[in-house]
Amino acid sequence: MAVDASTSAKGDLILKNLTKTYGEFNAVDDLSLVIPKGSFFALLGPSGCGKTTTLRMIAGLEEPTSGTISVGTTDITDMKPYKRPVNTVFQNYALFPHLSIFENIAFGLRRRGVSDADVKAQVDKVLNLVELPQLAERKPNQLSGGQQQRIAVARAIVNRPALLLLDEPLGALDLKLRRQMQIELKWIQTEIGITFVHVTHDQEEAMTMADTIAVMNNGKIEQMGSPEDLYDSPRTSFVANFLGQSNLIPGTITGNDGDNLIIELFGNKVSVPKKRSSAHGTSVLVGIRPEKFRVAAEGKGATGNVLTGGVVSDVSYIGVSTQYQVEMPWGKELIVFEQNDDDEDFLRKSEKVTLSWEPVFSFVLDGSENASSGSH
Amino acid sequence: MAVISRPSGKVFALKDNKSLFPYLLLAPGLLWLFMFFILPIANLAQMSTKTNSGETGQFEQTYRFANFIDSFMDASGQFARSFLYATLATLIALAIAYPLAYAIAFKSGKWKNVLLVLVIAPFFVSFLLRTIAWKQILGEEGPVTAILRTLHIISPQTTLTSSAFAVVTGLAYNFLPFMTLPIYASLERIDPRTLEASGDLYANGFTTFRKVTLPLSMPGVVAGTLLTFIPAAGDYINANILGNPNTKMLGNVIEARFFKIVDYPTAAALSFTLMAAILILVTFYIRKAGTEELV
Amino acid sequence: MKRLTRWFSKNLIRIYAGLAFIYLFIPVLYTFIYSFNDSGKTNLIWKGFTFEKWSNPCGAPDICSALGNSFLIGFTSTFVSTVLGTLIAFALGRYKFRGRSTTNLLIFLPMATPEIVLGASLLTMFINFGFNTSLLTAIIAHVMFCISFVVVTVKARIASLDPRLEQAAMDLYANEWQTFRRVTFPLVLPGVAAAALLAFSLSFDDFIITNFTAGTVNTFPKFVYVAAGRGIPAQANVIGSAMFIIAVTVVILGQVLGNKRKSKVS
Repeated sequence: MAVDASTSAKGDLILKNLTKTYGEFNAVDDLSLVIPKGSFFALLGPSGCGKTTTLRMIAGLEEPTSGTISVGTTDITDMKPYKRPVNTVFQNYALFPHLSIFENIAFGLRRRGVSDADVKAQVDKVLNLVELPQLAERKPNQLSGGQQQRIAVARAIVNRPALLLLDEPLGALDLKLRRQMQIELKWIQTEIGITFVHVTHDQEEAMTMADTIAVMNNGKIEQMGSPEDLYDSPRTSFVANFLGQSNLIPGTITGNDGDNLIIELFGNKVSVPKKRSSAHGTSVLVGIRPEKFRVAAEGKGATGNVLTGGVVSDVSYIGVSTQYQVEMPWGKELIVFEQNDDDEDFLRKSEKVTLSWEPVFSFVLDGSENASSGSH
Repeated sequence: MAVISRPSGKVFALKDNKSLFPYLLLAPGLLWLFMFFILPIANLAQMSTKTNSGETGQFEQTYRFANFIDSFMDASGQFARSFLYATLATLIALAIAYPLAYAIAFKSGKWKNVLLVLVIAPFFVSFLLRTIAWKQILGEEGPVTAILRTLHIISPQTTLTSSAFAVVTGLAYNFLPFMTLPIYASLERIDPRTLEASGDLYANGFTTFRKVTLPLSMPGVVAGTLLTFIPAAGDYINANILGNPNTKMLGNVIEARFFKIVDYPTAAALSFTLMAAILILVTFYIRKAGTEELV
Repeated sequence: MKRLTRWFSKNLIRIYAGLAFIYLFIPVLYTFIYSFNDSGKTNLIWKGFTFEKWSNPCGAPDICSALGNSFLIGFTSTFVSTVLGTLIAFALGRYKFRGRSTTNLLIFLPMATPEIVLGASLLTMFINFGFNTSLLTAIIAHVMFCISFVVVTVKARIASLDPRLEQAAMDLYANEWQTFRRVTFPLVLPGVAAAALLAFSLSFDDFIITNFTAGTVNTFPKFVYVAAGRGIPAQANVIGSAMFIIAVTVVILGQVLGNKRKSKVS
């Protein structure tokens, strides 16, 4: 059989100096990355960041300009797509409209010369895994979006690839179904234990499913780590803004206090743990997530880091929380989310307020970062 | 019949293949077209400047380009008539086909496919039989003339057949499906939501049609008019069956030169002039209509 | 009265379409009715009803040999032009190559050339080369003018294919040939079938080019044209009507079956 690699190559996926250029444009720029075997890995970024091109190069549908791709010790850079130990769940699924669901799933097995009896057994098994055994004889256009999605996953995993690539797999589904499929995909991945590489622009999707996320921007990886890691200690303003929302306030490091940095923000002294700083010099951006702020009417008790002199400029009630925009003395507005979990007085527009937060709930970026990069 | 291809929005799907494979795919078909389209046209060009060597059917090459002028002057009446009749027939066919295609595309509901089959269906009865049927329906013994005469709409001397009227309507009738199908295809591709959006933006029914539907269906109109005009301009069957000696078209002259008079050079010169005239017109028309996506 | 005018203006386009269909079908109906005419040699005046022509469609001299030639030319040229045209359509629809626009022009030109010019030029060449016109030259000519229509029809189908389907097949261990055989070709097949149907109907109904290229070989349209001079036998109406009924039945049956399959489960 020609598909030797699909049975023998096992191990980590290693991208080395991977580059793809279209004319003058660097779609993927010198990307190096190791994706450990068995992990659920997400490539997250806005459209045009190079994530889909990276995925297509791994699948063999796009030829790298330079660099190598290997699975374990096997170099697959120049291998034809049909010889790679890699299967893809395509955007919009790309199910074959002229074949039944059974034949769609059996397609890869048959190409590899698996015997009819084994094909039947394996297809039945994977149909049970995605809980759709009753649909075997239907045609793709008779299935709902969610069902097609599961069949697309089944068609790929039935081949037991070393690597499963998912290209925006949930993009076409509505919100409720998307949530449900996120949990299901995660469960399937744990169940069969093969490496999933998932490309998405949806940060929530990436955070729900992946154990490692790489945030991509302009063909490069901005930062890589666990979802908690990226959320709590972003190292660039792009990551801080693209993953959730951040308030980034410019300031200057004025000194040290044990494990903390002392930073002056427009006349307010605040402290931030050193380990949450990625600043090079003394000019910095201090980042605070909107939900980490506490907001109180001026004069009421505030502990930890404190910013005074804010004026509520807008209030919107959104069920689980209330969102405030607070105009600060230096002219910028900050965003604050307050949980609606107590009967504290509701703050009104034009009311004077004080903002405060615990030092551990903030992070420090280098002052050269563009504060609005990556914002939605 | 899809006469217009989709605008190729998926260029990324084209393989940039440096190998010979695409040429292998092209070779047999293009060779056929070269041998039996290009080469014959070259032969036609060569024949068009020959002169008769005295014997019937024998010609020698004298590079007599005056053949073009002579033949054109001789047949200028038929030439003008061909283009006039073809233009009129195209306009009539358009006036009938556009509303028809519109009704099928937007007003026919589940009957859409059946109606489409019905548009093509008359094709399956030989077009000669249908043309002859018209001759008999409109003829002296036919019902139409009798009714119109009884109602005094036409005088007892007026006949419907053997007239320019019959030739033009015959041409329009013959090529009606060729006009309807491309227009239908381009109308059918219009997203009904764009029409709703137009209504939403304060356009009334007619304005919606003029500003949205009509421009979007232009590729179909262009293809349909070409598919009607070109064969109509070269046709001689309708003129033969439905016309009289004063309604002869250029096709009749070419046919007669070939088969009755055995004057191949004149026939070739006329064919060449007709082809050139049509190609110039078509090029001009496509440029003007701004639809480069034809073919 | 007001309601009537309202109904009328609301359904104006449907009424118009209905009239257009009547116009399209008057000669078809006439041909069909006169196939039952108990006529002699000519079929001009209604002489009474009979099934005799339907029970003996070959009753008129030469008519069935002409019909046989039409079928022979039709089937052969449909087959050849569908194969050649489909190959070209794949090259144009799937590959970038030098000479693309020249190829497109070469496909477009025969469609933009009147039949009489095509016929006249072929005959000129055959005369120049001393080639006798026959069944073979007729088939050659028919293939030539059908190719362009096949290319255009199949190309449209290829252009509407989602390229991800082929990528998915490659991803699922199908090599280039298997991808073509298992995915691309089955999906393009309806377009090829439509092109073949179009080619056959163009070839079967062609008179002008056949008249120039078939020599003394008779075809059904040639038979009708020649007979028109002295009166067409009712058997011609029988054959025209039968072709019509067969073709419409086949097309409608195909659609009904297609619809049934689609709605079987959902």
